[in-house]
Parts: sequence; structure tokens; C-alpha cells
Amino acid sequence: MTSDNKPAPLVLVVDDVDHGREIFAEYLEFRGFRVATAADGLEAIEKTHELRPDIILMDLSLPGIDGWEATRRLKQDPSTQDIPIIALTAHALASAHDKARAVGCNSVVTKPCLPKDLEQEVRRLLAARPGEAPEEPAQP
Amino acid sequence: MGSVARLDVLPSSRGSGTIGARVKLSLVDVLLAEPEVRLCAVETLRWLARHAGIERAVCAVVDPESGRLTGLTGLGVPSAVVEAFSLDLSDRTHPLVVAMAGSEPIAFHDSGQILPRPFDTPLGKASFHAVPLGSSQQEMGPGLLLLAGAGDGPVSDDVLWAAELLGVRLAALGYRRIQADERRHKRERSLLLAVIHAVTDPILLTDADGRILIANAGAETLLTAGEEKREGWRRAVALNNMLFSASLFTAESGPTRRELLLVDPSEGKELLFEVLSTPVAIRSGENGIVSVLRNVTDLRRATEEIEENYRRLRLAEAATRAERDRLDLILNSVLEPILVTDPAGNIVRMNPPAERMFTLPGRRDGRDGRDGRGSEIERRVQANDAVFTSFVSNLYAGQSLRWRGELNLIDPKTGATIPMEAISGRLVSKHGEETAVVTILHDLTEAMEKAVLYEQVKRHSEELREKVREATAELAGQNELLRRQALELEQASALKSQFLANVSHELRTPLNAIMGYTHLMLEGVSGAVNPAQQDKLSRVDANARHLLAVINDLLDITRIESGKMPVQAERILLSELIDEVMTEVEPVIAGTRLAVTRDLSPDLPEIETDRQKVKQIVLNLLSNALKFTPKGSVAIRLEHHELVGEISIAVTDTGIGIAEENLKTIFEAFEQANSSYARRQGGTGLGLTICRRLASLLDGRIALASRLGEGSTFTLFLPAKSRTA
Repeated sequence: MTSDNKPAPLVLVVDDVDHGREIFAEYLEFRGFRVATAADGLEAIEKTHELRPDIILMDLSLPGIDGWEATRRLKQDPSTQDIPIIALTAHALASAHDKARAVGCNSVVTKPCLPKDLEQEVRRLLAARPGEAPEEPAQP
Repeated sequence: MGSVARLDVLPSSRGSGTIGARVKLSLVDVLLAEPEVRLCAVETLRWLARHAGIERAVCAVVDPESGRLTGLTGLGVPSAVVEAFSLDLSDRTHPLVVAMAGSEPIAFHDSGQILPRPFDTPLGKASFHAVPLGSSQQEMGPGLLLLAGAGDGPVSDDVLWAAELLGVRLAALGYRRIQADERRHKRERSLLLAVIHAVTDPILLTDADGRILIANAGAETLLTAGEEKREGWRRAVALNNMLFSASLFTAESGPTRRELLLVDPSEGKELLFEVLSTPVAIRSGENGIVSVLRNVTDLRRATEEIEENYRRLRLAEAATRAERDRLDLILNSVLEPILVTDPAGNIVRMNPPAERMFTLPGRRDGRDGRDGRGSEIERRVQANDAVFTSFVSNLYAGQSLRWRGELNLIDPKTGATIPMEAISGRLVSKHGEETAVVTILHDLTEAMEKAVLYEQVKRHSEELREKVREATAELAGQNELLRRQALELEQASALKSQFLANVSHELRTPLNAIMGYTHLMLEGVSGAVNPAQQDKLSRVDANARHLLAVINDLLDITRIESGKMPVQAERILLSELIDEVMTEVEPVIAGTRLAVTRDLSPDLPEIETDRQKVKQIVLNLLSNALKFTPKGSVAIRLEHHELVGEISIAVTDTGIGIAEENLKTIFEAFEQANSSYARRQGGTGLGLTICRRLASLLDGRIALASRLGEGSTFTLFLPAKSRTA
């Protein structure tokens, strides 16, 4: 999908709902990102260590290890703590958002969220990474 | 006599006489009239003392039977010394025997040193003359005179004359007879003295000058002391002599009895004597005094003790009497009846209150009280007495020292029954013998009335307490109910909030899918869509957005209601906030043909409030105005009302307006005056509800003025909490 020698940024999309994963994964791939998915917290942590994504989209209400706990573990692990995490949640209350920021989420996006709005947020965070030059994935 | 020459005698011991014939004749008369040998000798010595200057003398006579010279009488010499004088005439070398044999007087000086042998004389160590009695014709005279005090010169003729006269007279009286009489006298005398000495009480005979003539052992102990006695003893004796002599002066007229305090020389103690003194004739014309002393020291002491005991007895009696008087006073001062009963149960003492219960008044004032009323009183008194006796007899049957009981007595005057509490105490002597019972009665009438009253008060108090308890319990029950209801309400509220939050979450998830897939298709992710499909997808998108707005508004209301929307106050400039709002609604305005104006008062102060909430209200009001105004204008006007301390933000439109009947309900949820129109405009029906609640959160309010078909004015009033205001 990319003509550059540098691979496109890898986005890990975590959501227990199939269509939740599918919409954003499909749209981001469509927009030139590499995308991996996980259906729960444990899988998210394993895939993170395995694939070392550039950014994670983390749903919060997950079976087993939920999104808050998975984020906390990743942010405590020195090998993964630098990976930006966007909490992507259908919880609209400020308390849920505050809790997400407290465990280390870099930003919080409330569902429903238009795919293009989410893409903007992903790009904003990737650009904000230390030593990272603004980068535009190839358009389809 | 040749032997005389050997003695150291005065060469001439005979002097001339000076006494007249008349005086000499008086001695002759006396001696001729005196038949007794001894008294002749006494008279002669006294004559010599009176007329010849003789101070001390001893007359000794020869006892032919024993062949000894013995003392007969003396002058100025104790009788004992005289009697003790005895000299063996066969001792022919004794100076006095030598003197006896001669016819001339011999002078001795300091006889103790006369050589060749010293000798004792009745006259002691003083110089003296030894004058033989009788005429010079006789070979040996009947006796010898030892004389002292006539000076150191030779013995006068008068003395020699008297000695010769006495010798002649003694010879005439018959020598043997003299001696027999004398011996008899001596026996009687010594017997008498033995009797006197045998008496333990001191007895003594004194002459007119107070000199002691006879003293028995008791008297000598008190009144004489030899050189060998210690100083204290001698001083005591001297003092005794003085006291005794002084006391004698009163005794000369006749027998006397008096008391005399002397000192016991051996122990120094004072001794009290009763002295019986009787004058006696010692010889013709001379009186002496016989004194008998009886030691009454112990008697006196005993008498004093008896008197002291008697005095003490009197004092004790007085004290007892005073004690009893005081006890009477105490008993009489007690207002409650007190009775003392003896072991037989008889009442022995009562105080006046007891008397009123147990005696007839007539007995005290003299009347017998036997009128009708009196006999009634008598019956009551007798009844009381019976009750009391029964009570006390029960007490005697028991063992305890104290007894408490209750008995009913009758007031003798009124006949009223008086409940009494009786407290009795046994009085027991040291030997365990019961002497009396003291009973005090206490009127219980008042106490019982009080007890009844107390019971009533207590019962009322209990009832009251019970009522209070019931009321309290009921109150507590109500409180508990209220608390439970409050808790249930709280829980219900929390459940509601949680429920709405869950609903919100569960609605958002599928909404996300709807909007997401719509978006993917509109973006051409799944391939190109034709214009007709695009138009329909846009309607799906618009409805999904409207649904999202409704969900968000619902969530806002829930948060406000559950207090989960805290006010975060900061200082803001409203002009800036209006700028932001205008910027946000710019695309909407651009889609209309409305004239939107701003009118900001120049004196607007900074205010302290929650920026986000104010913005939400203004945005909502402005959006509404734009939505419900098909043509005309929308005006925003900000004013500062200094007098009331408020800022007002008014949004005025020239829109469809609100009917009067809808003005009151327009702020309620899902109330839209023109539902179909509103739905077409995409309102949720919750905006004004949220606005009004937010305004309330900010201590503000929203006012509405509207006329159907002419337009509306919504005004937000906020407190102007500004320091510059």
C-alpha cells in the first residue's frame, strides 16, 4: 500500500464488538495505515508485545482484562509505555474519561465517532511522538 | 591525912563568909522542918545557888550497905547524870575518896588531867570544889558536895557552913533510914520511869523554864540529839524543841489539848501530834508540865481522805444531778414521744409528748377527768398503754439490742388513729443485766401521706414517661421510615443515573456502527455510490446525529440531576465568550438569510462563573432562535444591571413565537410548541430544560417573553460576581 521504504504506521484496534473493530480497521487501512486488531485486553497486551504497533485504539469496556487495566499495564511496562493509546469508548460520562486518562491514555474519543475524525486524532498523536516528523500515509 | 599532900590541891581553899545570920537561919529553919534526906539536900543546893553563887552542884551520899558514894540530887545537872554517879569508897586512891576522908574542901581543875589518875565527874571537865559534908569531928561524913560556879577562889565559909549543916542534919535524920527511903524512892522512881519509857507515845516533863526533866524514848527521839547525830537530825531536833517550847506557854494555866506539827528527825517527814499538857507541882512552889504527845499524822491523813472522798461524792452527786437535769431537758425538748420502761415493762419516764399519749390530762392539772369526755380519753389512753406494753413485751422476748416496729396509737383528744414507728433500744449494764428500754415514737401520718402522694406522682410520672417513650419510639420509627425512603430515593436516583448511563452506552455502540458504516459508504470506502444512494445515506447520517444529540441531552439532564455536573467557576469576559459562540454558529447563520446583530454594553465587567455552561446555554438559545426564525433578525444584547448586581444576555428573534398557553410548559422536557416544525428543525426537545437547569446551577435564571407569530426573547440572568462591578 505504500511506495516508501518506510512502512506505514501500524495501528492496533482493540474492541470486543466485531463491527466496532471492522469500521475503524477498514477505514484506516483504506486511508493507508497498517492495522491489527484485538478483541480483549489480554490479546491487546500480547499483540502489543508481538507486533509493537505505533499507536493503539483502546475500547474500555472489554471482557476479562478491560481497557483501563490493559492500558495501565502497557503504560507501566517500559518496553511499551511510549506507545500512544487513544481510549475509544461509548461511555460519555466525565468520570469514565478521567479514569482513562488516569491510567495513562493519551487521549479519549467518545463513540459514536466518525472514522475521519478518528483518523485526524491518530495522525495528531503520531505527529506528537518525540523525534517524529509529521508524516502523511499514502492516499489510496 | 597524909595522902592529901600528894594531890595537886589549892593551898588555901577556904574563904571568908559574907552571908548574914538571917539568911543562914532560913536554911536552918528549912532543914529542921524537912524530914526527908533528899529534900534536905535539894533545899541546901538551892540555898547555895541563891546565896553563894553556886551554878552547878551535885550532892552525893554514902551508902553504908554497898560502901559506895552515890549521887542524891543535883543542881543544873541532868538527873540521869546524878543518878549515874557512883563511886567505890574502898578505892582509897580516888581523888574524890581522898576528898571524902578530909575535913577541908579540895579544889580540882580540869579533873580529866589530874595525875596520877583522871576521873569522870558529874560536873564534867569544869573546875569544881569537893566539899565533905558534916562536922570535922566525924571521921567520915555522910556525903560529899561537888560545887562549881563560885569562882576559882577558895570556898567561902558560908559554903562550908552549909555543908556542915547539911551533914549534921543528914546525920540527925538517921543514916540507915535515909538510905532505905532513898532506895525505896529510887525503885519507885525507876519503875515509874520504866512505865513512862514503855509508853510509845512521847511523854516528857518540863520545868517552868521549859527545860526537860524527864523524857521517854519517844520524846528523846524527837527532842534530843547527841553529837553523833548528823546535821539534819540535829537541826530537826532544834526545830522541834523550839516548836515544843513555844507551845508550852499556853499550857501553864491548866490542862490543855492542842495540835503540834513536829519533824521526824530520822526521816524528815512532818508529824502531827496531839499534845495533852497538864501542869504538875514538881516541888513546893514550883510547877512543871507533863506533856503526852500522840501521833495523829495517820489519823489526820485518814480524816482528810474521808473528807476528800465525801467531797468527791458530793461533786459526783451534783454532776449526776446536773446530768439528769440535762437529760430531762433533752428528753423534754424532743417533739416526739420518748418512753423509758423498766425490765418489768412499767413506764418509768416519759417526756411531755409521750405524756399526751399515755396519761390522762386530769392527772396533771388535778382534775380526775371523769366526765364523759374524760372517760373516753381514759379508754384511749388505756388502749395506747396496752398496745405499747404489748410492743415492749415482744421486744423483751427478742435478743437484739434494737428493735423497730410500727404500731397504731390513738390520739386521746381527737380519737384519730396515729400510725407510729417505734424504735426501741435496750439499755444493758456492764454485767449484761437489762436495766431499761428506751423507745422513741415517730408519727408516720405525714410520711404515709407523702408516700401516697409520692406514689401518685410516681405513677403519673411513669405514665408520662411511657407516653414519651411511645412517642419517641413512634418518632424513631418515622425517622427510620423517612431515612429508608430517603435511602430508597437515593438508590433509585443512583439506579436511574446508572441506568441512563448504561442506556447511553448501549445506544452509542450501535449508533457508532450506523454512523461509521454510513460514513464509510459516503466516503466511498466500499466503492462508489450514485447520487440517489448518497442522498439516502445522508438522511441516515442526519437521523443518527439527531439521535446522538438526544442521547447527549438526556445524559446532560441526568448528570445535572444527579449532581454530577460540578460548577467550575473562573473569571471570564462575556464579550470573548459571545465571539466564540458566534464563530461556532457562523456556518448555520450562513445557511439562512437572517440578520444577526450583537449589542454589548460598554461597562460589562468580568464575571466569575462556569464558562462552559454559560456557553452551552447561550449556544442553545442562539441555535433555537436561528432554528425557529424563518425570516427577520436575531439580536444578542448584553447588559449590566448594577443595581441588582446582574448581567443579562438576551437573545431576541422575529420567529414563530410561542402561544401564551405554552409559555409555562416550554421549559419542560420534550415540550415543543410546534412539534412538527421543531422536528423538522432537528431539535431534541430537551434544550430549554437543560438551559434552565444549568442557569439554576449558576445561581441564575432564564426569562421568556414571546408572542405567537411575532417572535421571542429568551434572557439569561447571571449574578455579576465581579470586583470591578
